[in-house]
Amino acid sequence: MTGTALLFLVLGLGLIGWIAGRARAAVFVRSAKGGPRGTVNSLPFYHGWFVAICAIVPALVFMFIWQSISPALVTNMVLSAPAAADLPQDGFARAAILSEARAIAQGFQTAAFQDASEKLVPLYKNALSYYKWIGVAATLLLLFAGGAFAFTRIKPDFRARSKVERVVMFGLLVASLIAILTTLGIFASLIFESWRFFSMVSPFEFLFGTEWNPKSTVTPGADNGYGAIPLFWGTIFIGAIIAMIVAIPLGLMSAIFLTQYASATVRKWMKPILEILAGVPTVVYGYFAALTVAPAVRDFAVMLGVSNAASDNALAAGIVMGVMIIPLVSSMSDDSIAAVPNAMRDGSLAMGATKSETIKQVLLPAALPGVVGGVLLAVSRAIGETMIVVMAAGYTANLTANPFATITTVTVQIVALLTGDQDFGSPHTLAAFALGLALFVTTFFLNYVALRVVKKYREAYE
Amino acid sequence: MSNAIMDPTPTDWNGQIMQKRIARRYAAERRFKAMGFVAVALSTLFLAFLLFTMLGQGLRGFQRTEIAVDFDFPALTSGATAASISGPNADAALNSMDVPGIVELAVSQQYGDLSEGLLTAGAAGNVRQMLMDNPSLVTAKQQLWLPVDSRLDVAFKRSGEPEAEKTVAVLAQKDALRTGFNWTFLTGADATDPSAVGIWAAFKGSLMTMAITLMLAFPIGVLAALYLEEYAAKNRLTDMIEVSINNLAAVPSIIFGLLGLAVFLTLFGMPRSSALVGGLTLALMTMPVIVIAGRNAVKSVPPSIREAALGIGASPVQVVFHHVLPLALPGILTGTIIGMARALGETAPLLMIGMRAFIPSAPQGFTDATTALPVQIYLWSDEVNQGFVEKTSAAIIVLLIFLLGMNALAIYLRNRFETRW
Repeated sequence: MTGTALLFLVLGLGLIGWIAGRARAAVFVRSAKGGPRGTVNSLPFYHGWFVAICAIVPALVFMFIWQSISPALVTNMVLSAPAAADLPQDGFARAAILSEARAIAQGFQTAAFQDASEKLVPLYKNALSYYKWIGVAATLLLLFAGGAFAFTRIKPDFRARSKVERVVMFGLLVASLIAILTTLGIFASLIFESWRFFSMVSPFEFLFGTEWNPKSTVTPGADNGYGAIPLFWGTIFIGAIIAMIVAIPLGLMSAIFLTQYASATVRKWMKPILEILAGVPTVVYGYFAALTVAPAVRDFAVMLGVSNAASDNALAAGIVMGVMIIPLVSSMSDDSIAAVPNAMRDGSLAMGATKSETIKQVLLPAALPGVVGGVLLAVSRAIGETMIVVMAAGYTANLTANPFATITTVTVQIVALLTGDQDFGSPHTLAAFALGLALFVTTFFLNYVALRVVKKYREAYE
Repeated sequence: MSNAIMDPTPTDWNGQIMQKRIARRYAAERRFKAMGFVAVALSTLFLAFLLFTMLGQGLRGFQRTEIAVDFDFPALTSGATAASISGPNADAALNSMDVPGIVELAVSQQYGDLSEGLLTAGAAGNVRQMLMDNPSLVTAKQQLWLPVDSRLDVAFKRSGEPEAEKTVAVLAQKDALRTGFNWTFLTGADATDPSAVGIWAAFKGSLMTMAITLMLAFPIGVLAALYLEEYAAKNRLTDMIEVSINNLAAVPSIIFGLLGLAVFLTLFGMPRSSALVGGLTLALMTMPVIVIAGRNAVKSVPPSIREAALGIGASPVQVVFHHVLPLALPGILTGTIIGMARALGETAPLLMIGMRAFIPSAPQGFTDATTALPVQIYLWSDEVNQGFVEKTSAAIIVLLIFLLGMNALAIYLRNRFETRW
């Protein structure tokens, strides 16, 4: 029996419990004296839920726990068998044989590459089915015990509704806690893997080194080519400089035009079009940048007399990324301009200032904090953007301010380091996590500051 | 009033200086407005240019070049009958017939020395399928249209290698080439030969990934939104939850990929590159979007409704689940669709969890190794073969159609069901 089948069985039995509980409570309601419901505390439907919850929840929790501990139990059982005694003592080779034998036993793989694992397959099959049936039996036992317990509790004066509602409230709380759990998971995995990385490569080299040419085997103390300065520079150059040179003027002016000048009809049509720009997947932008924009930029550079222009130049990636960011800048500016009190605008217009003078000298200065917050969010979005730079910018680290040269970024290198078959503990993989940590901390900081600025500014006018 | 005489600021509105000044100010006004217009126009033009480029290249990806091949089936198959290749033993009968050999023979008889590398690798499979579908073909001479090799395909549609161009010119003179609709592209899977690729496998992978994402992110997101808006006490825990959700909504997607790699793949040992892990990773990314949209929708339900329900004796849970949630549902659904559309177009986290392998068949289950539509686009964009350019654009068209459809549905829902209180 597979996990899915067991899951459906559990849910099906829960449904039967629900029907049984409801039917039993309905009998009370019908036989009760005095009034339509008599002295019955809760509707039959809540009794049904009570039975179903008591039956399903413990069984599901057990299934989940069993899923995570049974592999270890299976491995123990296989290792304690006499046939496993002649396995190599070396941890890595041993783990490879075990995992191969397991994959064959589970049917994921058909043939063994190592003879040693072939021998272990029947052992694994035995152990797997042994523990699987224990798990199935225990799950069903829990389910029936829970259901029976709940069923005997059903009495006319049993407060089924408040019990069910308590479970519902608990479920709501658990759902909200998943957000915290995810944040902690990100923090923990990034910090743990980065710590492993920094035990091999010194943090000093990583943060201040200017040569990025990561070696797959590292020697402590020596220069291993893990200097991330060129990556940080590339990320800032493409995401925070080129992209912003495109996005800030276009986004801000679009917002001004749409809110202050355009007629209602134009606004109605143009705003969704700008939103489409934000909805185009980044892989499409990346393909467009690599296929169309980058060759055009290179031709332009050659026309200017820049002979060493690369086809995967930083400018193309930056321009396309800037276009992607336009809607974000535009909608943030839109919001903050709209939040400026009308009295300020009307006052300026009444004094005889033209519209553009009012915008430049009254609205924009008043809306500036909101616009700055929007730009910070846009920068955070741009430096975390992956697909455009992976497809259009290059893989060679280059510490240069020449927009026609190949420049690589943090996200490109994360993708590059995790490409190809490498085992999880290699310095390449771990370096990706260290870069991820740097990216996470930077974007977290930018988002935090941006949200604070925007919030504070909104409060000033409300 | 000596001050007025001393002041150089002109006060006469009809005076020349003032008129000049006003003209200058109005010119500045017009310039500013024009700048705004240019900004909007540039953004729109860029979008139009992008869509136009994709359409221009991609539409060719839905077409394929076919070549007429004459099959003298009675001679080639030494007298197979319609009955012998139909019924329950059709598979075995066709296998023993050696269809690839027959195709090769027929092509070389007709096209002589041009026949080398004329047809795509899957052409024999096409012939086999035609015979399966219509066994009576085998009884007579037939002219069948078969897809040509990718080099010739490219050369026929636009311009390719000189050698392929020459072959195409010869064939076109014989009137042996035509353009047909490429069904394989909609039903097939990834392949090494661009004329044999299809997006069905990637599309199915995307659908399965999205199903997992929706199943997890929607209930969790809605429940969390209800908790935060309706029940949460103002305390440290609630603040922490709010900060986490706002932060998660802005974390770069690649970080979620790293989380999936470290936790789901390495810690839990889930199957690499599967729809299950992809869906889990994208669910974590989509959940905050749904929570934020859900909170706004719940917030917009007026308090009078809650008070009325409480007043007639509903419990707090009944108030929320019987009254607030149904009223907030259109808003929540709109936010969910927008979040799902974002997840559907997401590539980077899927690359992190190993979805970059060559998978030549559609996934059969949630734990099978699969690919997804945006990942397929990325993989094809990396191919050197010229034939993949139009396939990449065609896949992009399919992806964009789905995203536009989802967004249109969200807008429709918003307009149709949104209540202004």
